[in-house]
Amino acid sequence: MKKYFAFVKKEFRHIFRDKKTLLILFGMPVAQILIFGFALNNEVSDAGVVVYDMSGDYESEQLRTTINASNYFHEVAQVHSIQEIEASFKAGNAKLAVIIPRELGNDLRNGRKSTLKVIADASDPNEAQMLVAYMTAVTMKGTRGKVDAKMELPLVTAEPRMIFNPELKSVYMFVPGVMGFILLLVSAMMTSLTIAKEKEFGTMELLLVSPLRSTHIIFGKVTPYWILSFINAMIIIILGITVFDMPLNGSVTLLIAICLLFSLTALALGIFISSRSNSQMTAMFISMLGLLLPTILLSGFIFPIENMPIVLRGVSHIIPARWFIIIIKGIMIQGAGLSILLKPFGILGLITLFFSVAAIRGVKPRLDA
Amino acid sequence: MEYAIEIEGISKRYGDVQALQQIDLRVGKGEIMGLIGPDGAGKSTLYRILTTLLLPDEGSASLNGYDIVKDYRHLRQILGYMPGRFSLYQDLTVEENLEFFATIFGTTIKENYHLIEEIYVQLEPFKDRQAGNLSGGMKQKLALCCALIHKPEILLLDEPTTGVDPVSRQEFWQMLKRLNTENITILVSTPYMDEAAMCDRVALIQSGEILTTSTPANIRTEYQGQLLSLKSQDMYHLLKTTRSLDGVMSCYSFGERLHVTIDPETSNLEMVQSALSTKGISKVEIKPIEAGVEDIFMQLLKRSDA
Amino acid sequence: MSDRVIHVDGLTKRFGSFTAVDHISFDVKRGEIFGFLGANGAGKTTAMRMLCGLLDPTEGNADVAGFNVLTQAEEVKKHIGYMSQKFSMYEDLTVKENFEFYGGVYRLSQKTIKERLGEMLARLGLDHIEKTLVHDIPLGWKQKLSFSLALLHRPGIIFLDEPTGGVDPITRRQFWEMIYEAAADGVTIFVTTHYMDEAEYCDRVSIMVDGRISALDSPENLRKEFKAQTMDEVFRQLARGAKNAAG
Repeated sequence: MKKYFAFVKKEFRHIFRDKKTLLILFGMPVAQILIFGFALNNEVSDAGVVVYDMSGDYESEQLRTTINASNYFHEVAQVHSIQEIEASFKAGNAKLAVIIPRELGNDLRNGRKSTLKVIADASDPNEAQMLVAYMTAVTMKGTRGKVDAKMELPLVTAEPRMIFNPELKSVYMFVPGVMGFILLLVSAMMTSLTIAKEKEFGTMELLLVSPLRSTHIIFGKVTPYWILSFINAMIIIILGITVFDMPLNGSVTLLIAICLLFSLTALALGIFISSRSNSQMTAMFISMLGLLLPTILLSGFIFPIENMPIVLRGVSHIIPARWFIIIIKGIMIQGAGLSILLKPFGILGLITLFFSVAAIRGVKPRLDA
Repeated sequence: MEYAIEIEGISKRYGDVQALQQIDLRVGKGEIMGLIGPDGAGKSTLYRILTTLLLPDEGSASLNGYDIVKDYRHLRQILGYMPGRFSLYQDLTVEENLEFFATIFGTTIKENYHLIEEIYVQLEPFKDRQAGNLSGGMKQKLALCCALIHKPEILLLDEPTTGVDPVSRQEFWQMLKRLNTENITILVSTPYMDEAAMCDRVALIQSGEILTTSTPANIRTEYQGQLLSLKSQDMYHLLKTTRSLDGVMSCYSFGERLHVTIDPETSNLEMVQSALSTKGISKVEIKPIEAGVEDIFMQLLKRSDA
Repeated sequence: MSDRVIHVDGLTKRFGSFTAVDHISFDVKRGEIFGFLGANGAGKTTAMRMLCGLLDPTEGNADVAGFNVLTQAEEVKKHIGYMSQKFSMYEDLTVKENFEFYGGVYRLSQKTIKERLGEMLARLGLDHIEKTLVHDIPLGWKQKLSFSLALLHRPGIIFLDEPTGGVDPITRRQFWEMIYEAAADGVTIFVTTHYMDEAEYCDRVSIMVDGRISALDSPENLRKEFKAQTMDEVFRQLARGAKNAAG
């Protein structure tokens, strides 16, 4: 145990003595989240909306006021058919249409859930995605105050339909996405780099010749980065909640559990990579090409998985970040519990187990073979 | 004699390169054995096999009776290893490095301080300096301290004096001599032939093969031919001329003199002297000398090439 | 003047409060083999870098090959050759490709490069390795080729930074014979080494201690002056008591 602590202490010394490492560890997540968030905030402001109000009662009037009162949208016209919506999209008057169902008032008065339909002009899918997500947020927030205190979820949920790109995307996508990305970067890339560094500088030779076991070396390396990744995850979540009004509807314990699990996945990947690279350069390349790029491209973080060719969609199943994003969204936005998230949790757990075993078996007590 | 290191028929290949070829070597308990040879002779490979880092393709070896393959875990407790390249943490301070290596071997600096005291007092003024910022000589001393801190039974030092200036080299050897009195067996490699004199026994290694093993005193008996030392004003001219004489087996510069080997059957000192003067070189200081380790090494190199 | 190819006058380099090279002055004559010795950290590398025009001096002046290292650094670089143990040739290129590359850097024509390469390989008896990857040739040959490479553009002065480290004793001597030949052709040799017997092969030797030159003479005179049998002893007497030895 003493040996293990000595190793952890040494590892922390390496980290805190290198300004560049520190900057990557803590500067990067904050910068990333602010860049993504800022870019997003600038984009939606005062977008034109047409409203097809089938209900026309007090409740729908209230809802329209809420939408108009937000800084993001203003109502440009009332329409009375789907055709008119399409026409106003084509004319460029509006980017978004809200269809208020006939039974809205009735549902709300009887404490039932009601569903708005939101239609977006998806000629620019990214913009459409964002508009829809904002509309979702605005309506959810707007109706919550009116809802009985016992209810946890907003009564009105917007059900968006996108013309040409009929998918629901969340505005909060970027927080889980950046989180997945940063955790991979910190845990996988940094651990693989530090192990590769030990090989490059010849210190691995001395560690191997000492009575240290492979497990000492692995866990000694992993512990500091596990702690740091976890701190990072928390920083990102707190930023998401405070700066970008991200909801936290689910269980905090579950959120912490998933962050710990995903950090572990990333660490296992990092050690797996390092057992196959002898220099920092190689470790960097494998991490970049084998981990970070697929995470950005295939996890659904930036490009919707549904739009991918079938082969890539298949590949996306083995991208750990994909499951991580699903779980984080489930917990934070949908307030889903473990029973609902069992499948992604299970898959992520299996991936972690697989790479942990591969990583531990990959660390040999000798230099060759 | 009781052996601390026993190597039998060890061979190792890397792809096309035969790094070691049927190495046999025995080092007695408490001996300082010098492994002498140029870069690329296979010294580091042999060290990595003895330190249980590499598996040999063929052959076997044991250290203090423990097999390098079977008993590698135990060996890692009792070996002290200093790799050829400086391999400590450059971003940790002198003291932090030492403390780390003490702890991973399950000991403390205090417990074995007596072993490293003499070396460490020289490092003490710099104990808060990061290892990467030390001079070459100081780095070697720190590496030696780190290899010694767990009181190893056998010390394996791979080129500890390479790239270090003569003063630091001499100090380093004095330290090894003192350690030897603690009954630690030392296998030390070096490319500097003159360091052979500091060892109890030496093995000369070249191209993965041991050329010979002997004590520094006895090794000269292996020399074939008679060795002369020559000196004149224009050394380069002397070298060229001497080399062309009959009966001269070899002729090399040795510092300010030439070492000339003649075949005693066909030539002698006087014949060389007169042959040189007929070629116009008369002011030559010439005397017979005994062969040193470097002379032997060069002769063995030529013999193994032939 | 024409006989003095290196002229160093009060050359000084300070890094912050640390004086790495402290007012050194000396001259090197054409065709001379000048040994530049000193313990680790004595300031050798810094001084050599200033002479090659790679590092600006804090104070003092130096002319190399008739050009000022401070104001004409680019001219200096054109007229010198440099070889170090650490970096010599690209391992993944063939011998010929290495020569073509360096020749190109010094703007030699392809014809000239080909001629000189042929000549050098013939002299070394290594014609057969022209198209071999540098990676695949033995260390000893590599050192000799690196030296030839540094001479490819026929520089008047060649700087050798520990050219024989780790080389076997026969190759080491063959290497020195190449140095003698080059010196006989009028090339000035400026060489650092850790082998004290090699100091004896130099015409003159300077020994640096703590950034200063504490001795400069022929090996024979130095041995007399310090009442020493070998250069090793001379060196030890001087380097003892150096205050920067650990720095």
